[in-house]
Amino acid sequence: MHTEKPIVAINNVSKSYQRGSQIIRVLEDISLNIESGEFLALMGPSGSGKSTLLNLIAGLDHVDHGSIEIGGVEITILSESDLSRWRIVNVGFIFQFYNLIPVLTAFENVELPLLLTGLTKRERRDHVATALRMVNMEERSRHYPNQLSGGQQQRVAIARAVVTDPAIIVADEPTGDLDRTAAENALELMSRLNRDLGKTVIMVTHDPWAGKWAHSIEHLDKGVLSHDI
Amino acid sequence: MIFKILIRNAFRHKLRTVLTVCGMAIAILAFGLLHTVIDAWYIGVEASSATRLVTRNSISLIFRLPLSYRDTIRRIEGVKIVSYGNWFGGRYIDEKDFFANFAVEPKSYLNLYPEYMIPDDQRIAFLKNRKGCLVGKKLAERFGWSLGDIITLTGTIFPGNWEFVLCSIYKGSEKNTDETLFFFHWDYLNESLKKKSPLSSDQVGFYMIGIENPYMAAEISDAIDKTFKNSLAETLTETEKAFQMGFVTMSEAIIKAIQLVSLVVIFIILVVVANTMGMSVRERIGEFAVFKTLGFRAWHITLLIIGESMVITVFGGITGTLLTFPAAKGFSVAVGKFFPVFNITAETIWLNLAVTLVVGLVAGILPAYRAVTVKIAEGFRRMG
Ligand SMILES: Nc1ncnc2c1ncn2[C@@H]1O[C@H](COP(=O)(O)OP(=O)(O)O)[C@@H](O)[C@H]1O
Ligand SMILES: [Mg+2]
Repeated sequence: MHTEKPIVAINNVSKSYQRGSQIIRVLEDISLNIESGEFLALMGPSGSGKSTLLNLIAGLDHVDHGSIEIGGVEITILSESDLSRWRIVNVGFIFQFYNLIPVLTAFENVELPLLLTGLTKRERRDHVATALRMVNMEERSRHYPNQLSGGQQQRVAIARAVVTDPAIIVADEPTGDLDRTAAENALELMSRLNRDLGKTVIMVTHDPWAGKWAHSIEHLDKGVLSHDI
Repeated sequence: MIFKILIRNAFRHKLRTVLTVCGMAIAILAFGLLHTVIDAWYIGVEASSATRLVTRNSISLIFRLPLSYRDTIRRIEGVKIVSYGNWFGGRYIDEKDFFANFAVEPKSYLNLYPEYMIPDDQRIAFLKNRKGCLVGKKLAERFGWSLGDIITLTGTIFPGNWEFVLCSIYKGSEKNTDETLFFFHWDYLNESLKKKSPLSSDQVGFYMIGIENPYMAAEISDAIDKTFKNSLAETLTETEKAFQMGFVTMSEAIIKAIQLVSLVVIFIILVVVANTMGMSVRERIGEFAVFKTLGFRAWHITLLIIGESMVITVFGGITGTLLTFPAAKGFSVAVGKFFPVFNITAETIWLNLAVTLVVGLVAGILPAYRAVTVKIAEGFRRMG
């Protein structure tokens, strides 16, 4: 397994933000390899740069220095529009606050990323149905987000993340807003994506309990990584 | 799907959207009404060039019309006064002493020209004296005439020497009243003709017609000319031009003012819609971040926002345009005297539509720009 090339290769990445005249150095010379099929938890105190690192991996933000190679593609040199296209194919997103579009039904929310692919309406419908069945939400497909509980919304969001069949799933505090049962449910689903479908899952969390679902844990503190078992 | 989303987005804040749509409807209503007023005004100016019409032989001025037309014209609706006269073409002393002189039916003619100011005693004297004449102040001054003078004109069209007693001198009440004219009794001319050349008697050179409503000028002119269509002497009726000139220049300034007001109305509603869109976009900045994360592009986002803005303005624009019709009717009832023709033209509707689309587009541009340029990570931070 370790003879394979890592699916994510982060090399000497730095990132800082400017707030007024102050420069906040968030990530300093980070290097990390993530193997394909991994379930990684990125942990650390609030403000340690977890989201920043995850955004860089997912191609939502640009590095200051260093490079990130994903599946053999160096995303740090891609243009904004190439990055956009790359994300559609390669990354699925799960957020803390689910981030479903409130004016769309569960079904439509899951269909949303497929609109940017070349699939026909019929193919899209099949994909959406499959994804919703997987998260056990097909009966709620006509419901709007505000008609669903937090846990249900997160399950729809998970369906949306996998519907394009990306190799990598990134999740930023996916259980941060859920109660224990719903959180367990969501984590169980993510484990299944990892175990049954072979997705590489990278999950940011500050909750050690949630971290137990992961195979390995990286600690981020003051911009520096340290590895856990 | 984008279309579905933007429609649903437009009605997320029902109260806010309804208020904005109402504002848009009222603005378009005001815009359409003001434009209709301008239209009505121009129609009015065209028609209202005079409260006086001139009817002459349609072939040429030198051909005359039967006196019998007088009563026929009087019966036409909208006609208030009918007077008539002939260009006399008399010469005073020498060719270089030219002035315009007319034989007119004096009573009705003076009714038609209230701007000729004549002292009452002189007016009575002139009306009583069949050989009397009325001259403008400038003309009297030019030849040093005073009341009671005998003035002799030599006929060029109607041969012979014609003697007149100067009974009245008129002053113009208006700056542009012509004070160089010479008038005498048409009966005096006609009776002489009856004796000398009966065939050319009872013929008038022109009818001067006073109408009740200047805006009806075109209609009445048509009615007169239609009446005499296919008769021996067909007529051509026109408005008096001199009247028109002053009127148009005055109205120009008012029209400019109305146009300015319409622009201000549109500008205000543009600001209102832009503000509504700005609020909506600010609230949804995180949502747009989600769209971008999922791979949607700047033009998708722009379409979503400008489309939503358009939905609001189009709803308002259509409502406003529909409301313009009953409003115009009410308006026309209230001020029908001034604008007897108060119709909403196709041009007004096209203009409403154009304004609606432009407002929708422009109001959406700035919020769309903001949503497009916000970085994804930044959008999420603002939301969380
Ligand atoms: N867009 C930004 N502009 C300025 N500062 C930022 C921005 N994004 C993150 N930061 C700062 O970077 C640090 C790390 O943030 P973040 O990656 O969100 O931490 P975590 O997810 O671990 O809580 C914080 O101090 C945060 O305030
Ligand atoms: Mg975070």
